[in-house]
This record gives sequence, C-alpha cells and structure tokens, in this order.
Amino acid sequence: MNDTLIIAGKTYHSRLLVGTGKYKDFAETQAAIETSGAEVITIAIRRSNIGQNPNEPSLLEILPPSKYTLLPNTAGCYTAEDAVRTLRLARELLDGHSLVKLEVLGDPQSLYPNVIETLAAARTLVAEGFQVMVYTSDDPIIAKQLEDIGCVAIMPLASLIGSGMGILNPWNLQLIMDRVSVPVIVDAGVGTASDAAIAMELGCAGVLMNTAIAGAQQPVLMARAMKQAVEAGRSAYLAGRMPKKLYSASPSSPTAGIIATTRG
Amino acid sequence: MGTKLNVITVSINGASRQLPVSINVAALIEILGYTGKRIALERNGEIVPRSTFTTQQLADGDQLEVVVAVGGG
Repeated sequence: MNDTLIIAGKTYHSRLLVGTGKYKDFAETQAAIETSGAEVITIAIRRSNIGQNPNEPSLLEILPPSKYTLLPNTAGCYTAEDAVRTLRLARELLDGHSLVKLEVLGDPQSLYPNVIETLAAARTLVAEGFQVMVYTSDDPIIAKQLEDIGCVAIMPLASLIGSGMGILNPWNLQLIMDRVSVPVIVDAGVGTASDAAIAMELGCAGVLMNTAIAGAQQPVLMARAMKQAVEAGRSAYLAGRMPKKLYSASPSSPTAGIIATTRG
Repeated sequence: MGTKLNVITVSINGASRQLPVSINVAALIEILGYTGKRIALERNGEIVPRSTFTTQQLADGDQLEVVVAVGGG
C-alpha cells in the first residue's frame, strides 16, 4: 500500500514519530527507536557538560542524522525568545538543518503550551527559513493561525505531556483536521497502543510520542506495539469503518438454510 | 574581570573561566576537547558559525554557551 506521510516536501513511510528522552541508557534508546520504525525523531538541545569526558558516546553517534530525520525541539522553553534562540543553535549544530519542533510551554506543572508565545516564535522562525512543526493546544482557531503563519505540521496535544491520559477530546482534533491542510500529528498524551490507534482512526496524519514508550515497563516491546497500533489505526481509517448502530437485525451469517425445529 | 595580565575571564555555560588573551574560538573548543564533535556555540547571544571558529577572537567578559544534542521528546 502506497500511503506516505509528506512533511515539508519530504516523504516518510512511518507515521510514528518518537522522542529520545527518558530511556535508561543509549542501548535502550537505540533499540526502542529502531523497533518503532520511526524515521523522524526528536532531540533536545542542552548545555554541554564542560569537564565531562568529551569522548563519551553522544546521542547523535547512536542516532545519526544520516539514518534519521532529526527534529530538534524547544522543550523546556517558556518564551518565544528562548525557543528561537534554542533552534538557531540547533540549526548550527545540525549543519543548517531547518526542520524543527517548536514547543513553548506555559507552566512547569501542566506543561500546557503557551499559544501566545508559540505564535510569536512561529512567526520569527518561519521568517528565518525554519520549517516549523508546532506543538500546540487542541484549539482549532490557533491551529489554523499557526498554519497561516506557515508551519509545516500542526501538532496538538491529545492530553498533557507525559500524562498518558490518551485522546481526551477527539472532537477538537477533528475540528483541527477539518480546518488545516498541513499534516495534523497528535503530540503528547498517548499512553498505550489503543490511544495511538484512536488518533490514527480519527484521521490524524501521525502520532508523536516519547514517554508512552520510554516509560513502559518494557520500552522496546511497547515501541513495537506503537508501530503496530499506528499502522492498524491508519489502515482502519483508510478502510472506513462500518457505521455505529444501536442494533442492526443484520446477522453476519446467512439467514437462509437455518436448521430449526418447526414449532407448531 | 581580567585583572591578571595576559588573561581574560569568560563565562562558559554559566561558569567563569580564565583563558589566555588572543585565544580564538577554535582554540577554546580544542581546550574543551570538542574539536570535531557536534556542538554549537553562542557568544554574547549570537551564533558563532563553524566557519568563523578560527577567525573569532574571544574577549574579556564574553558570555559563551556551548550546546549539544541530548535525548528529548
């Protein structure tokens, strides 16, 4: 089946995008990400540990840019200014790479996005030539504004970052998908495989997750489950589900030829 | 700052550090052990492009940020 995801003109075969945080070590990171089949992976940009052995393996050695599309994020930024600054550094770090994940948070308890700062950062980044995949609330009006600014993917939360609460408001996701034409990718809130499948059945272009895999008891096995769930959900969406009915009076087996005792 | 002769004081990732005068960015990166490593560097809020590492001289009071990629969502 030739069903591909196109983001900013580049074609991907996997609709599962994954983060690289919270794993116990690089070996687990690498195994989980490989198993997930993800082609786009998010990374964070942080101060280097001056004084630490600089020859220790680095994330980009186990997840090379030649193999994956790296998506530097601005997680932990609370202002447009910090987010823009972080992504300028990321672009330099990755040799001019322009595809980024913008995320500007509102408060450290909920990690809910600050959409005012997000809009401001998106404007600056698009003007500077970045291709912006943007994490946002599930507000369809803001989603449309972010598309109009020039973001290449809209990534609404399904529930709070790291909460694993699943798809709490499918109606808003549907409203967003009805309004924007760039890919809509659920980012944050997925807890288990069925959540990912639900997002895909709704018609989302993809799902981005980190904690749901890294926080599982067996991350590599969960990576496999998520790969399968995203594929299953996508196929179900394309197949077009049967209508829901309270009852149907239409059994699955033929009604003719039933062996039945004639009463009378 | 920079009271000693032939020494400048800069801030690297928030920590103060003394360096010889006339040091350029490439030499600092070598001192830190990051030559050939994937890092990006910001000097006083401005990106230092890799192509200018050998030509940009550090100055007393410079605020430097050195960043790397780490795991994240």
